[in-house]
Amino acid sequence: MSLISLSGNLLYAAFIAYLVGTLLYGGAIKSSKPDGAASRAEKWGKLALIVTIIGFAAHVGYFITRWIYKGHAPVSNMFEFTTAFGMFIIAAFILISYMYRLTALGLVALPVALLIIGYAAMFPNSVDPLVPSLQSHWLTIHVITAAMGQSILAISAVAGLLYLLKSINPKIKSKSRFWMEAVLYFGVLVIGFMLATVVFKGMGYEASFTYIDTQDAEQEITYNMPAVFGMNDYTLLTEKVMNPLVEMPAVINAQKLTTVFWSFIFGSIIYLLVRLVTRRRILTMLHPLVQKVNLNLLDEVGYRSVLIGFPVFTLGALVFAMIWAQEAWGRYWGWDPKEVWALITWLFYAAYLHLRLSKGWEGKKSAWLAVVGFAIILFNLIVVNLVIAGLHSYAA
Amino acid sequence: MEKIICVCGHENPVGTKLCGKCGRPLTEEAKMSKIVDMKYDGAAIRSKTRNKSIVDKIWNFFSSVKVGISLIIINLIAASIGTIFPQEFYISVSTEPEKAAYYEKTYGSLGKLYYELGLSDVYSSWWFQILVGMLAISIIVASIDRGIPLHRSLKNQRVKRHESFMKRQRIIGEGSITEGDSSNTLNLVEEKMKKLRYKVRRDGNALLAERGRFSRYGPYINHVGLIIFLAAVMLRLVPGFYVDESMWVREGEMRAVPGMEGYFIENEKFILEMHDNQATENQELQGVNVVAKNYQTNAKLYKQTDDAVPGKDDDLELVKEYSIRVNHPLQHNGYSFYQMDFRLNEIKAMNFELTNKETGESLGAVSVDLTNPQNEYVIDDQTKVQLLGYYPDFSGFENGEPQTKTPTPNNPAFIFKMTTPEKPEGEVSFVAIQQTIEPNGDNAYKMAFNSVETRNMSGLTVHKDSSIPFLAIGGAIFMIGVAIGSYWNHRRLWVEQLEDGSIRLAAHTNKNWFGIKKDIDAVTEFAHLPKYIDQSENDDAEKEKEGDSTL
Ligand code: HEM
Repeated sequence: MSLISLSGNLLYAAFIAYLVGTLLYGGAIKSSKPDGAASRAEKWGKLALIVTIIGFAAHVGYFITRWIYKGHAPVSNMFEFTTAFGMFIIAAFILISYMYRLTALGLVALPVALLIIGYAAMFPNSVDPLVPSLQSHWLTIHVITAAMGQSILAISAVAGLLYLLKSINPKIKSKSRFWMEAVLYFGVLVIGFMLATVVFKGMGYEASFTYIDTQDAEQEITYNMPAVFGMNDYTLLTEKVMNPLVEMPAVINAQKLTTVFWSFIFGSIIYLLVRLVTRRRILTMLHPLVQKVNLNLLDEVGYRSVLIGFPVFTLGALVFAMIWAQEAWGRYWGWDPKEVWALITWLFYAAYLHLRLSKGWEGKKSAWLAVVGFAIILFNLIVVNLVIAGLHSYAA
Repeated sequence: MEKIICVCGHENPVGTKLCGKCGRPLTEEAKMSKIVDMKYDGAAIRSKTRNKSIVDKIWNFFSSVKVGISLIIINLIAASIGTIFPQEFYISVSTEPEKAAYYEKTYGSLGKLYYELGLSDVYSSWWFQILVGMLAISIIVASIDRGIPLHRSLKNQRVKRHESFMKRQRIIGEGSITEGDSSNTLNLVEEKMKKLRYKVRRDGNALLAERGRFSRYGPYINHVGLIIFLAAVMLRLVPGFYVDESMWVREGEMRAVPGMEGYFIENEKFILEMHDNQATENQELQGVNVVAKNYQTNAKLYKQTDDAVPGKDDDLELVKEYSIRVNHPLQHNGYSFYQMDFRLNEIKAMNFELTNKETGESLGAVSVDLTNPQNEYVIDDQTKVQLLGYYPDFSGFENGEPQTKTPTPNNPAFIFKMTTPEKPEGEVSFVAIQQTIEPNGDNAYKMAFNSVETRNMSGLTVHKDSSIPFLAIGGAIFMIGVAIGSYWNHRRLWVEQLEDGSIRLAAHTNKNWFGIKKDIDAVTEFAHLPKYIDQSENDDAEKEKEGDSTL
């Protein structure tokens, strides 16, 4: 087996292990009914953690073998960065698990990591050559530290979600019930994105167009999903494929919009099917699973992960980033969108810490804040990379 | 100033919540609450004590954490607005009307609005800078306002606290010891707490164990670091602190370095290397076939000797020879040269043949060096070519006069006067790429284009930023402060032995209750203390019960 295919298989193994781990965590939580099976729950929990650690070891194996194969850290495109992010989330989860022995955390942390890795797998995993500005040790240090910081911060969102799952009463109509269900629906949309990508890839769907970009130049583009939205002034080049339904102006990338559209359709169908079959909200299904968790402890885990993650994030996403920028471009700060969003993330978590200082921003409010913080991190990873794009962009 | 006198006789400044000596709650609010606010126990913050003059009002405004958080959020939103469309410095046009046209053309009327509101250059707008300034003021004021009283309250801690203080802590316990001789209990507590690396003080029948007090200073240290950092950013405005110039140097050329008196840089060679891989899937998605691997300028930096005439490039001594690459700037004396841009194959010289149009016979070659065009090129004593006009970047005629757009030889054009034995009075011809005009009718000779010599040009930026060391200091202080405040925490345990030998205890930490409970569990077991409770947990349970009953 070549190094690169070994690497791919290790990632696959990690994914499977996390999947099994999730089920085991489910078992661990479920069996903690008051039928005196607490020790059985503990056993399940331990087993779940062991499986997670095995998966993590495989994941690290993927990372190292790919690093050796490429000769530089595998964090230079969307696929690589996102899988690394998933790896660090698991690492942070294992760390917090050892600190707090809070089994229930795994029930949210592993699915979040699975969604992230699955999302990453939809991007081309080709080994790309590096442009000169990316050939720097500072870049490696910066990206890895920033990803570690983001992952530890993400654990606060994991704790926050768990907190909300327990504390929001699914039987009473409320704003928080609506938003919580919206968050879960978003998770389903990510699955929708994966499904849409896999289905159309499996069909070998391809449609090429020429179009006119904002600078009046003619460009070519290939869609891998049926083109619902057409690029500005498009001409279809492929035969026997769907003609776009709507044409978009040049500022909007209709190809990406099409991907979003199909993810939405697939995700919504899954969601509706689940609702029709079970006749319940997802929140209603998850709520009873987490009744045993201690809200006070969860609140503290959330706060502590922000405390632990904030300095790491500052070091990686701001300090090391500035050192690298200074070395590559002679200016430590350039207001590039990716930089600005790192600053925004940092300011947001600073606000979180200060809000906790004044009373009343603990518990539920704080849990929501942690979820919003994670949303900002994901926004920086997904939207800024794929849509706004700047110097750092892996996709532009 | 007014004082509040506690029952124990201690005088506290107005605004104090808990008596500085015994810890009794002083305000109604503190008396009513089940768990007291321990942030600045025994001290009053300035903003709570004065509210008369306008200075006080401004002070109180900026010291408020609510205002501070609002400022953080406002800055955050302002920063995000700048990422909706690219900022001006990322687009490649330079004049105002061009920019306006660019935004409108690329992003439609929203883009136009964005430009007109100045959002395309948010980060240098006055209002953005004022917002950052207000944030800085808020950090300074809040830190002074709270830092000093905090320091006082931490320094003047009494060992013995009043019952009403103890009972209002989150962790409390009271009762007789579970085992052994009560006269030895405090000794056991001291022993265990010292083992857990607490500092223990005793006063009669009371004991205070404390650990990680220094971590309370963390936020103040990090705020100081932030302020130093922001101040260092402003140093840029001081003349001489900051140099940021860009320059183009052609291969084989030497140029005075802008902003660096007495230095010259020579470009020996510019190198562009490409990766020779098959296009990967990502590359295909992005529509690029090859990816650059290296941009490099082989440069020599020279310095004028001290007695040389300023500006003239003689009397030079070589200072440094270096291959400038991306991520590897040439550095000298605080100045750095960065590889920023390049232009390939700029025309350096054009070679012509003076040719008879009919026979095709050449009378000789003329090579025009575009950086140094001559007035006259002599082939022999009867044959010569005069250069009457040179237009490096020919853009068309205006009133019959050829025009040049820029001084860069992008589209060179010439007016030649050819003198030959056949036409001793000379023939005039206008020669541009793909275009020849013979103003005085049909000529017998032409300047036939033969070849061009090209060379590469390298774009460098010259930087000096003397504020970097100050930024580094500010950043380091910030990191140290934030680490101290985040990775350590301040834990305190108060224990009092009552007359009958029973124990009353209370504990507090600024964060990490999980950690302090582990410590108290350990000491409870070791010294056989009564079981403690976490009052906030009971709260939680109560709340939940209430919640359930509404179902
Ligand atoms: C971007 C700006 C800021 C950053 C990065 C920052 C950072 C921090 C951090 C990390 C902490 C410790 C929090 C904790 O341990 O939970 C803290 C505490 C604090 N900050 Fe800031 N801060 C900023 C702005 C401000 C502003 C504008 C104010 C003004 C009101 C302020 C007032 C405070 C106060 C009062 C504390 C609590 C100190 C204590 O516990 O004694 N900060 N800050």
